[in-house]
Amino acid sequence: MLELDDVKTFYGSIMALKGVSLKIGEGEIITLIGANGAGKSTALMSICGIVPPRSGKILFRGRDISGRDPHGIVSLGISQVPEGRRIFPQLTVMENLDMGAFLRNDKGEIKKDMEHCFELFPILAQRRHQPGGTLSGGEQQMLAISRALMARPRLLLLDEPSLGLAPIFVRLIFKIIEKINREDGTTIFLVEQNAHLALQVAHRGYVMENGRIVLEGSAQSLLNNEDVKRAYLGI
Amino acid sequence: MKHITALKNSLLISFWFMFLTFPIMVIRVNTIENVVEWRWMNMLYVGFGSFVLSFVWRYLISRKEAGVKQAAAADTPSKRLTERLLTDSAFYRPVQIMAAVFFLAFPLIFSTYQINIMTTALMYVMLGLGLNIVVGLAGLLDLGYVAFYAVGAYSYALLNHHFGLGFWAILPVGAILGALFGILLGFPVLRLRGDYLAIVTLGFGEIIRLILENWNEFSFGPSGIANIDRPGFFNIDLSLEQVTVYLYYLVIGLCLFTMVVVNRLKDSRIGRAWVALREDEIACQAMGIDKTKTKLTAFALGATWAGMAGVVFAAKTTFVNPASFTFMESAMFLSIVVLGGMGSITGVIIGAMILILTPEYLRAFSSYRMLLFGAVMVLMMVFRPQGIIAGVRRMYHFPVKQSEKGIGGS
Repeated sequence: MLELDDVKTFYGSIMALKGVSLKIGEGEIITLIGANGAGKSTALMSICGIVPPRSGKILFRGRDISGRDPHGIVSLGISQVPEGRRIFPQLTVMENLDMGAFLRNDKGEIKKDMEHCFELFPILAQRRHQPGGTLSGGEQQMLAISRALMARPRLLLLDEPSLGLAPIFVRLIFKIIEKINREDGTTIFLVEQNAHLALQVAHRGYVMENGRIVLEGSAQSLLNNEDVKRAYLGI
Repeated sequence: MKHITALKNSLLISFWFMFLTFPIMVIRVNTIENVVEWRWMNMLYVGFGSFVLSFVWRYLISRKEAGVKQAAAADTPSKRLTERLLTDSAFYRPVQIMAAVFFLAFPLIFSTYQINIMTTALMYVMLGLGLNIVVGLAGLLDLGYVAFYAVGAYSYALLNHHFGLGFWAILPVGAILGALFGILLGFPVLRLRGDYLAIVTLGFGEIIRLILENWNEFSFGPSGIANIDRPGFFNIDLSLEQVTVYLYYLVIGLCLFTMVVVNRLKDSRIGRAWVALREDEIACQAMGIDKTKTKLTAFALGATWAGMAGVVFAAKTTFVNPASFTFMESAMFLSIVVLGGMGSITGVIIGAMILILTPEYLRAFSSYRMLLFGAVMVLMMVFRPQGIIAGVRRMYHFPVKQSEKGIGGS
């Protein structure tokens, strides 16, 4: 479904992605793990066009999207849960969700999808008229995921959904991620530092170091890999 | 103990002021008789005045802090008066009706001079509401708003002078030209925010003014363009009084039009996109909001109203020259928006009325105008930074079904 082919991305003169290639199949949960500054978030930013790659190809359903504007990429069905949640603090929960459906025009369906989000995260239903900034961290992450789902993505990019959350919220959110994948058939690309959790929900994984993919394989094989164990699982 | 420290500090301040103003308030050299007058009484006045003022200041600050604490302590958000005025129809309906009657009956009651002043104030309402789109909603600090006002005014002046085109034909042209210049300014500043944006827009405003001042062949330079036609009314010749009244109603109409459009925009999708863009650009992009387009629409739509107001201005004064479009005007528009309350329509109207009408009616204090203006601004920033009427965004309500109310997680 998504294919990165030798993608190189720069911040000014600094090369952040030094030729990244990876493949995500339809309906999969793929995780990208790695240490701080490995280039995981940059990879996501490159896919969704906010920091476009300087060379290489990004194919989504057979089409090269590497030169497109971010909003064009969203309209193709890729939606992102940005790192650190980045919800709109002054907009209410419902308005936040409505912004997620910005490119859609089917009012009835949007409403239905909102209800769907409220089923996934019942707490958001209670908070629906509250400004996003007044939610707790975990609720904000739920809102950020719901907001991304409002675009009805085929591919959902999640950037560190566990960041700064209490363990109970992390488990809840990972459960929901699995549920979204299983029930809606949404393909999920999960960028995480919490390698252990990520590899438990993912089908396959990639390990990134210094802007390069250094290891790939099924989640199980990565969990058993000695290098991964030492570097990321702390065993 | 608290009061004693407050007293001590106020006393210190009053001494400081007495010392500071000593050379100008106490000593006066009489150059005719070559003697020095010592006006010790003045020193007393300054001391007493600054003491009282500083005490009042301290009292207000402490009250404000207590208020903040109280609000934080109280768990249920009690609605404030201003909020209630805006959200509860039982409150704002009668006020609205009274305001409508007042404004409609205004020309019947007051003199031509008064009508003229009110027309000016209403023009500033239009300009304030337009700027409110850019500053209040989209959060783009625009210090060159006067440029679009000038574009509107000169488009009417020039097209009328050269081709004899009438007011009604030019009004939309002025609006469109304003929007075009808005986009023209918007493109280079797309990547700028905050202070940097303010500086570039300020420069843009000055560029337009300097072009108008120096390009004699095009704009007739500093001497301006005179004898611009007043707006026609079905080819009937109107007397000066009649034109004044006519213009008044015309501006009222335009104001209403502006209010309706801005109100609709505020609650529309694009309005929410502006607010969202103000809050988080990256999240907006991740939502599929076209940053470029959204920002440019804000600039263009804001500038449209300035263009229209400019046409009205040219028609009202029948004379335009670059001196009417200085940076002071931009500062004035911005003050209206900030004083009234960013993002609030009612606030902008009240802000425009205060800032335009007060100087007219307090001509006696005209030499202290800027001084008072500055003092008021400082006081506002300290005690009511959100403006006279804080912008209350209408919430996006869906009817909650009775059955849904109880359920949902903990």
